[in-house]
Amino acid sequence: MDKVTITIDGRSVTVPGNYTVLQAARELNIHIPTLCYIKEINEIGACRMCLVEVKGARALQASCVLPVAEGMEIKTNTPLLRDTRRTILELILSNHNRECTICARNRNCELQTLAEELGIREIRFQGESPEPKVDDLSPAIVRDGSKCILCRRCVAVCHQVQRVGVIQATQRGFYTSIEPAFGMSLNEVACINCGQCIQACPVAALREKDDTEKVWAALSNPDLHVVVQTAPAVRIALGEEFGLEPGTIVTGKMVAALRRLGFQKVFDTDFAADLTIMEEGHELIGRIQNGGTLPLITSCSPGWVRFLEHYYPDFMGNLSTCKSPQQMMGAVLKTYYAQKVGIDPAKIYVVSVMPCTAKKFECQRPEMNSSGYRDVDVVLTTRELARMIKESRIEFNDLSDEEYDHPLGEATGAGVIFGATGGVTEAALRTVVEVLTGKECNTLEYESVRGIEGVKEVTLKIGDLELKAAIAHGTGNARKLLDKIAGGEEKYHFIEIMACPGGCLTGGGQPIRSAKEKFDTDFRVVRAQAIYRVDQASKLRKSHENPEIKKIYEDFLGKPNSHKAHELLHIKNQLL
Amino acid sequence: MLTLQKLNEIKEQTLAAANMDSARKGTRVVVGMATCGMAAGAKSVYETLAKEIARRGLARVTLAQTGCIGFCRLEPIVEVYIPGQEKVTYVKVTPENARHIIAEHLVNGNIIAEFTEKVSLEKQKRVALRNCGVINPELIDEYVAMEGYQALAKAVLEMTPEQVVDEIKRSGLRGRGGGGFPTGLKWEFTAKTQADQKYVCCNADEGDPGAFMDRSVLEGDPHAVLEAMAIAGYAIGATNGYIYVRAEYPVAVKRLEIAIEQAKQAGLLGQGIFGSNFNFDIEIRLGAGAFVCGEETALMVSIEGHRGEPRPRPPFPAVKGLFGKPTVLNNVETFANVPQIILHGAKWFADMGTEKSKGTKVFALGGKINNTGLIEISMGTSLREVIYDLGGGIPNGKKFKAAQTGGPSGGCIPAQHIDTPIEYDALIQLGSMMGSGGLIVMDEETCMVDVARFFLEFTVEESCGKCPPCRIGTKRMLELLEKITNNQGQKGDIEKLEQLAKTIKAASLCGLGQTAPNPVLSTLRYFRDEYEAHINERKCPAGVCTAFLQYVVLEEKCRKCGLCARSCPARAIIGKPKESYRIDTDLCIKCGLCISKCPAKAIEKKHNQ
Repeated sequence: MDKVTITIDGRSVTVPGNYTVLQAARELNIHIPTLCYIKEINEIGACRMCLVEVKGARALQASCVLPVAEGMEIKTNTPLLRDTRRTILELILSNHNRECTICARNRNCELQTLAEELGIREIRFQGESPEPKVDDLSPAIVRDGSKCILCRRCVAVCHQVQRVGVIQATQRGFYTSIEPAFGMSLNEVACINCGQCIQACPVAALREKDDTEKVWAALSNPDLHVVVQTAPAVRIALGEEFGLEPGTIVTGKMVAALRRLGFQKVFDTDFAADLTIMEEGHELIGRIQNGGTLPLITSCSPGWVRFLEHYYPDFMGNLSTCKSPQQMMGAVLKTYYAQKVGIDPAKIYVVSVMPCTAKKFECQRPEMNSSGYRDVDVVLTTRELARMIKESRIEFNDLSDEEYDHPLGEATGAGVIFGATGGVTEAALRTVVEVLTGKECNTLEYESVRGIEGVKEVTLKIGDLELKAAIAHGTGNARKLLDKIAGGEEKYHFIEIMACPGGCLTGGGQPIRSAKEKFDTDFRVVRAQAIYRVDQASKLRKSHENPEIKKIYEDFLGKPNSHKAHELLHIKNQLL
Repeated sequence: MLTLQKLNEIKEQTLAAANMDSARKGTRVVVGMATCGMAAGAKSVYETLAKEIARRGLARVTLAQTGCIGFCRLEPIVEVYIPGQEKVTYVKVTPENARHIIAEHLVNGNIIAEFTEKVSLEKQKRVALRNCGVINPELIDEYVAMEGYQALAKAVLEMTPEQVVDEIKRSGLRGRGGGGFPTGLKWEFTAKTQADQKYVCCNADEGDPGAFMDRSVLEGDPHAVLEAMAIAGYAIGATNGYIYVRAEYPVAVKRLEIAIEQAKQAGLLGQGIFGSNFNFDIEIRLGAGAFVCGEETALMVSIEGHRGEPRPRPPFPAVKGLFGKPTVLNNVETFANVPQIILHGAKWFADMGTEKSKGTKVFALGGKINNTGLIEISMGTSLREVIYDLGGGIPNGKKFKAAQTGGPSGGCIPAQHIDTPIEYDALIQLGSMMGSGGLIVMDEETCMVDVARFFLEFTVEESCGKCPPCRIGTKRMLELLEKITNNQGQKGDIEKLEQLAKTIKAASLCGLGQTAPNPVLSTLRYFRDEYEAHINERKCPAGVCTAFLQYVVLEEKCRKCGLCARSCPARAIIGKPKESYRIDTDLCIKCGLCISKCPAKAIEKKHNQ
C-alpha cells in the first residue's frame, strides 16, 4: 500500500494509504474523541464526536471514516470543533438516563468518560427524554433503552460479526430505538445470548442479567452447601477488574477471594474440561471407527449451540452429545461429590463463574438436570464476581494465592486452554492421538489451531487416519465454515466452534474494555498469551493424565462414554 | 431492432394520426389527467367525453389523456384543438359540461365562452415540462412524435460517451434536486471511475412539503426521464438504471411502468439499442415514504434493501454508489432537461438563464397565492414576476411578506428582496436555496416563528435518527420554538436556537440535518423582531399563535343571535338570545369556529392583556 503524508495539527505524519484520518492521528498520539467507533467493527461516522476540520472541505468531516489523502491538512482541536463536540455531547446527555451513580457501568462508561474529558458542567438543552424501557425477560441480557445512545455498536456486532442480527434500529428520528423487530423481547427472538452486544456497548444500555443477589442469598442460607466453579478464561481476565494489566494470571487470588466470600468449596471447571475431553474425544473416536455422523462438532459453547439450533438445525446430528464443562461439573457435583462428602444433593448449591452470558441461559435449560436437580443453580459472569468481591471490601490485589479444593480441583493444561479459540481442538488432539495410537506423543502444542484467524484448519496423520479438523470462533465465522460443509466443499472429522470471537477469553461476560483500549490492544491476543502461559506452567498437560479424572472413572463413571457417563454427562436427545 | 429511420416513420405517422401537428386534419381533445386533474374529477370527464364521441360517431376526433399543464386550481381541464383554430381551454369541467362541449363546440362549432378561461404559457419557458399537458404519457408514439428518443439515437449513433459528457458539461446544467451540483461534472467523475458495473439512478423521491414538480414530469412525460437515463448510461458506461419513486405517487408509478414496458417493446431499452452494442435496462423501486431517502446515499441504501439511512461521503457515489459501484444519481427534472440538451446542443441550453444558472426551473407555487400550480421559468426571473405575473398575486389584496424556497432545507426571502433573480447563488446569498422547486408564498397574516416551527416539526418527524445533532438537536430546536409560540419563551432562548442551529449545520451527517436549521436561521435573519416580540412583549405580531390571543365578542356589533354559542365545540360561549354573549377564556380552545359562523363579524381575536 502506498504511503501518504498528511498534516494533523501542524505535525506531519506518513501512514499507509488505506488509513483513516483517525488512525493517522493515533500515530501521532492525538486521541480524537469517539463514541460510535470500534476499530474494524463499527466505522459509520454516526456519532459525530470525531469531527475534524479539513482544509478546503465544505463541512466538518468524521475522521473515523475519512480516508487520508496526500497533502491533507487536518485540525482536531479548534474553537469550532470544541464547541461542536460539547454541544453534541450535551445533546446526547440530554436524552440519556443520567443515573450514573447507580448505573451498572458507573466508572466504566465511555459516555461518562467523555463528559468528564470534555469538561461538561451543564446541559443547556433540556427536553423530552425517553422513559426507561427495560427488557429483562432474557435470562442472560438486559436491554435498557433509556441508556442507549444509538451508537449502533451492538447492531454492528450482532449483524456483521456474529451474523445473528436480532437487534437493529426501529422507529426513526428522535424515537429511534435499538431493539428486536416489532418491539419484542430478546427472549422472544433468535438471540443466542452471546453477550457480544454488551461488550460493544459504551454505556449500560446492554448488560448482563445480574444474578449476584441470588448468590448472596444462597451464601447466607445456613441450610445450603454452596460451592463454586470457575471457568478457564476467568482467571486471566478477572484481574483487569481490579486495575491489573491485561493478561495477569490471578487464579490463586480468585480462589482466595471466593473463600472470603463464603463459598464452602472452590472447584475448577478445568477439571470438567478434562472430563469433556475424555468424553468428547472418545465420542469422536467412536464416530470415526463406527461410521457415525461426521464431522463431530463441539458443544461446549452454549451461544454456539443456540445458534446451531436456530440457524443450522440440519447440523444437530453433528453436535457432540457432551454437555458443556460447566454442566458436567454441576452433574458430577450433585452425584459423585455429594456421595463422597455425604451431603444431600438437594442442599448443594452450585455457582459457576463464567466468562459468558449464554451460560446463564444454558444452566436453566430443562434438560440440564441429570442428577434430579439443576446441574448448576446460578451463573455469574466475571464482572459480577468482581462486583461481589468489591462489595465485600476484599482487597483483591493484596490476597495471597490459594489452591482449589479437591477432588474436582485438579486440572491439566489441556483443560485451561479451553478458554482460547482452538483450545478444545488442541486439548482433544493431545488425548485422541495417544488413545488412537496407544503411544505417548511428544507433540503438545499445535500452533496451527492457535491465533485469531476466523477459521483455522489442521490436518494430522494419526496412523492410517488423516484427521482433519477446523476451528471457527464468532458465529459469523461459524456460518462461513458450516456453509462450506453444507455445500460439500470441505470435509472434516472434527469441528470446534466458539460463539464469541476469540473464544471464551473475550466472552460476553468478561471485563468490558473501551473502544479506545481495544484500538491499542487486541484483548483476544493478550488474554490468549496468558492462558497459554498457564498451560505451559502446568505439571500435567493432557486430560487423560489428570489423576482426579482417572479416579472419577475408576470410582464412579467406569469408562468414557459408559452408560453412567451418558446419563450424567451427555444430552440424550439434542433438542430444538 | 429499432432503427433511426423507423423512429422517424413513427414520428410522422403519429403526428398525423393523433392530430398533433399544426397541419392536423382532425380535432384533438385532451384531458389533464395528472394527479391534480384526477383529484378534481377528470376521470369521469374523460369517460363522458369518450362516450359522447363514440355515441355521436365523431370519427375525426382524437381524445387523449395528458399530464398536468400547470393550472392545477382550474382542473379538470379539457383542451380542444381544431384545425385552423386557436386552442380552447375549458376549465373546471364537469361531466355535464363535457357533454355540452361536445354538442356545442365539436358538433355545432360554437365555443362555450363561459366554460373557458384564457390560460397563457407565454411568460413561461417550458423545457422540462414541454410535453406535459401536450402528449398522452401512456403512448410512446406520442413521445416519439415530439422528437422523443431522437436524442438517444443521436448520442448512441453519432457521439462518443466523452462527447455526451462534454455536451452536458458545456450546457451548464446543474442538479435540480436541491444542491445544484454541475450535472456534467458528476457524469464525468463517474465515467472516469473504472468498474465492472455502474448504475444510473433517478431520484423521484420528491418529499418537500408542497412540491410536485417531479411528479408532474413523471405523470406527464415519463419517457423523457427514461431517455435521459439511457443517455446517462451510455455516457458513463452503465447498463442498468433504477428509478426510486415514492409509493405515494401511484399515477407516476403506473405511467413509468407502462413507459418502461413500451420502451422495451420498441427496443429503446434492452440489448443493442439502435443497433449499437449499448445495452440499458431500467427498474423501478418504490420508496416507503421517508423524506431522508431523497438523500442520495440513503436512497441507494434503500434500493439495496436496507433501512434508509445516509452514510458519510466520501466515498461519493461516483466512486462507490449503489451496491458499491460507481453511480450517477440525478433527480427527475434534471433528467428531463437532458434529451433537449443533446438534441439542440449545449449552447441552446446555456443561452437560457443567467451566468451561473443555466436553463429553466420548474416551481410548484403554493401558499397564499392566487394561481397555485406548476410553472417553468427561465433562470434569473425575479421573484416578483413569479408571484405577481405568473402567480396572479396574493389573494384578498393582502401584502406579500415572504416566500419560502427549498422547503424544509431552505429559507425565506422577505419582501425587501422580492426583485432578486431566481438563481442558485443569489438564493444562497439570501440564506435560502433553490431546492427542488417548492415555492410557498406567505402574506402579512403569517407568523414567521410559526413557519419555522412548522418546518422544524417536519424535519424532526423525518430525521432518520442516525446522528445525534439531527436526531436530538432538531428536537430540542422544535421544543424551543414550541415554547416560544406557546407564550412560554424566555430570555436566552433565541441564543440557544442559534447555538443549536450552528452545531446542527456544522456537524450533521447528511444534507437533511445540515440544512434543517435553515428555516430558523433565515427567519431569525429577517424577522428577529417577531421572535423578540413573542418573548419580550408576549405577543404574536401576525396574530397567529393562539397562546397570545383571546377571543372576544364585540358588544356593539353582536346581534345576539346565538349562532356562535351553538357552534362552539367547547361550550365556551355563554349567554342567552336577545340578551348578551361572552366567551369564557378558560374554556375557549381558540379554534376560530365562532368567527367563521358569526354573521355580524362580532367576534375578534385580541392580544392577551
